[in-house]
Amino acid sequence: MNRIVDYTVGEPIRDAKAPTGPIEDRWETRKFKARLVNPANKRKLHVIVVGTGLAGGSAAATLGELGYRVTSFCYQDSPRRAHSIAAQGGINAAKNYRGDGDSIYRLFYDTVKGGDFRARESNVYRLAQVSVNIIDQAVAQGVPFAREYGGLLDTRSFGGAQVSRTFYARGQTGQQLLLGAYAALERQIAAGNVTMNTRHEMLELIVSDGRARGIVVRDMVSGEVETHLADAVVLATGGYGNVFFLSTNAKGCNTTAIWRAHQKGAMFANPCYTQIHPTCIPVSGEYQSKLTLMSESLRNDGRVWVPLAKGDARAPGDIPEDERDYYLERIYPAFGNLVPRDIASRAAKNVCDEGRGVGPGGLGVYLDFADAIERLGRDAVEEKYGNLFEMYERITGEDPYRQPMRIYPAVHYTMGGLWVDYDLQSTVPGLFVIGEANFSDHGANRLGASALMQGLADGYFVLPATIGDYLADAHRFDPVDDVAVAEAEISVRTKINRLLSINGTRTPDSFHRELGRIMWEFCGMERTEESLNKALELIPSLREEFWRDVKVSGTAEELNQVLEKAGRVADFFDLAELMCVDALHRTESCGGHFRAESQDADGEALRDDEHFAYVAAWEWSDQGPILHKEDLEYEYVTMTQRSYK
Amino acid sequence: MKITLKVWRQKGPSDKGRLVSYVVDDVSPDMSFLEMLDVLNERLILTGDDPVAFDHDCREGICGMCSMVIDGTPHGPQRATTTCQLHMRHYKDGDTITIEPWRAAPFPVVKDLVVDRSAFDRIIQAGGFISVPAGSAPDAHSMPVAKNDADDAFDAATCIGCGACVAACPNGSAALFTGAKITHLGLLPQGQPERMARAKAMVEQMDAEGFGGCTNTGECVAVCPKGISLDVIGRMNADFLKSSK
Ligand SMILES: Cc1cc2nc3c(=O)[nH]c(=O)nc-3n(C[C@H](O)[C@H](O)[C@H](O)COP(=O)(O)OP(=O)(O)OC[C@H]3O[C@@H](n4cnc5c(N)ncnc54)[C@H](O)[C@@H]3O)c2cc1C
Ligand code: FES
Repeated sequence: MNRIVDYTVGEPIRDAKAPTGPIEDRWETRKFKARLVNPANKRKLHVIVVGTGLAGGSAAATLGELGYRVTSFCYQDSPRRAHSIAAQGGINAAKNYRGDGDSIYRLFYDTVKGGDFRARESNVYRLAQVSVNIIDQAVAQGVPFAREYGGLLDTRSFGGAQVSRTFYARGQTGQQLLLGAYAALERQIAAGNVTMNTRHEMLELIVSDGRARGIVVRDMVSGEVETHLADAVVLATGGYGNVFFLSTNAKGCNTTAIWRAHQKGAMFANPCYTQIHPTCIPVSGEYQSKLTLMSESLRNDGRVWVPLAKGDARAPGDIPEDERDYYLERIYPAFGNLVPRDIASRAAKNVCDEGRGVGPGGLGVYLDFADAIERLGRDAVEEKYGNLFEMYERITGEDPYRQPMRIYPAVHYTMGGLWVDYDLQSTVPGLFVIGEANFSDHGANRLGASALMQGLADGYFVLPATIGDYLADAHRFDPVDDVAVAEAEISVRTKINRLLSINGTRTPDSFHRELGRIMWEFCGMERTEESLNKALELIPSLREEFWRDVKVSGTAEELNQVLEKAGRVADFFDLAELMCVDALHRTESCGGHFRAESQDADGEALRDDEHFAYVAAWEWSDQGPILHKEDLEYEYVTMTQRSYK
Repeated sequence: MKITLKVWRQKGPSDKGRLVSYVVDDVSPDMSFLEMLDVLNERLILTGDDPVAFDHDCREGICGMCSMVIDGTPHGPQRATTTCQLHMRHYKDGDTITIEPWRAAPFPVVKDLVVDRSAFDRIIQAGGFISVPAGSAPDAHSMPVAKNDADDAFDAATCIGCGACVAACPNGSAALFTGAKITHLGLLPQGQPERMARAKAMVEQMDAEGFGGCTNTGECVAVCPKGISLDVIGRMNADFLKSSK
């Protein structure tokens, strides 16, 4: 039997470096106190930005505009293809253009509450403040947001928010925002301020004298291992939802960059906080390679139901009204089909566990538009959701105008990530982390349309203002230590060679699938002490098998997608283990983390503020992880249990 | 279903390349086209063969990474559908399918079905942007935009930069891609100050990359997964002409 990882408790984190004083002044205070770098010196300062999504693309462009020398990396063939491109629904901002009572304070309040009181007040307030500037910036770049007939911007209410603060560009908001950031980035590339390296994968961080000073990458076309040095490194490499194999993330999304940084000293915060999105197209078979999100906005008009009776195999149209269970409307009469994501997901799992699920394997529930079509007419429904209905039909071969959609929850977003302070700096000086890759603003649950906001806030506004304070000292940094560089390169080459030399009998994908199944079953929507212990038994033994029996074809000196995959899977194993340790230690339920042992009489998530109102920041060590707690204090928003009944 | 695939295999840019046949049994009609290739690749890895290299990432039709010519048509037989969104239910047992990379001189083959599309990034670098440094923007409502213009700009902006238009064009022209960006930005009031300079620079870069001229064959719009309209090319030409006056 494998030993289950033990963790130890280390020193608490006492200072996340947010200024004190009234919350609305803190960001101004920080910006004012941050030292500036004079323009002539900026040109001598070199910053590496890994990732070209909303966070990395906007950061690299902005740092270039400010006059820094920037080198940027992504694994796709163009920076425009980062997975931010796939975001559908929209982006929040406290513009209050509708005059419906929105404000910076309300967005702040909703985000802290939505995060189930596990995010920092100072960070979230700043996010809400900066949100306003994002919309201005995007519009000036030519992002074609939806408009009303008067020519002003349209907004909608999203994910159960009571105000209409979500700006959108049909169902392609992420695409349009990313193309805006991409255009700004390309402009800086043309100006010579940013050097772009596409099809390059970061495989190691270089830490010299305790500072992040560079990275080791593999050129994915030639296979060459390259070293890039700089005065600071920014990671904007996105989320790690693919640890579950099936998720709404792109196939290439990975944890490698942040995991390497973690092993080099950057703490990993709240790894177990995962968001499971309730409305995705269900799995259709063993060969399934990814899951597709159906926008949350569908719940505005669709009604969710399952048959009342177990194992009812009739076609949906043959099941009469009184033999259907509109379970969200029944259990949550106040919010009905619009309850938050985590609640809707768990409710779907519960009815399927009861044997009332529909479709292949009983893993699906209906999302029915019949009433909406009758009430609004088919044209109106088509106008609103046409592209989504088409996408559904393309994938399933079923026509949602005539029969209800089948949906099921899927892994969608990871709130956890590398720990950063108020300046977005990790525990390794000079290593900054932005976008989904950090843990900063969403607590235990992210609200719809808030990830795009955070990525762009970090990249356009926050990081460019804080990184200068660090770089103001750069002239005092020691030259990069050759030994540190050599070690990083050797570790990359050793791992590549090891993967290629095993020559076993199973493909990287088959291991990844199995790891994903373990994570979904035992560390997914509902977690228990027993399930997590089980996962912690299974993961190490599967990892051991991986390192003994994986088969990686081809060589290191060519485009080798199997090798790329194998490297990513290897890191997912280690991350998966830490996620389970984190989930096991947090015996409360909060946000996306549901521990079955911690629920109230109605089966709702029960927080334990007395013991768990902290950020769990894990330090890596080969003796097992070390937990550092950062206590969360709430000066403005009173902690309450969420209720959507 | 049992499907026979004829797949273009090419080790690298200097290799000549050839079609190789494979048979995939057990193809389910619910599989996506790329999932079928996954199944083939899993088998090739285990038998020690080199799996087929192909570009893909989002697998939901939006990143523009996937790029295959399927039976002679970029992205295959379904209209307005990327390769990753094509499903096997459109095929039947016993079918033979030929899969090739985009073919155009400015898109050299990297390996098998993977091509180098960096020429598109360089066209954007030439002028496919509005110059507005972060933090310098006025309030978003200071400049209303007529809904029609915003909608039309959006339609052009939905281009995913996959390059199917180039692959379909007998001349290897990038006019649809370039025209889409010029139209998107040129329809908006924010895009006016740089409009003519943008059209000139982007068209010149397009030519410099070696893309062919547009002769209005319309093959590009027939394969465009996002339904970009031929009008964008007219607009590009008009702006380009004005800019050269
Ligand atoms: C289907 C879907 C729909 C969504 N809809 C919404 C929505 O409507 N509203 C909302 O607010 N949020 C939404 N989200 C969430 C949001 O899109 C993401 O959280 C956000 O875009 C992440 O941006 P990012 O810049 O942090 O990372 P990404 O956009 O994922 O970018 C990561 C970048 O890092 C690079 N990279 C990764 N690893 C490496 C490596 N090892 N080496 C080199 N480069 C690397 C990649 O090439 C890429 O450029 C959605 C997410 C999904 C999956
Ligand atoms: S893989 Fe992204 S569009 Fe096909």
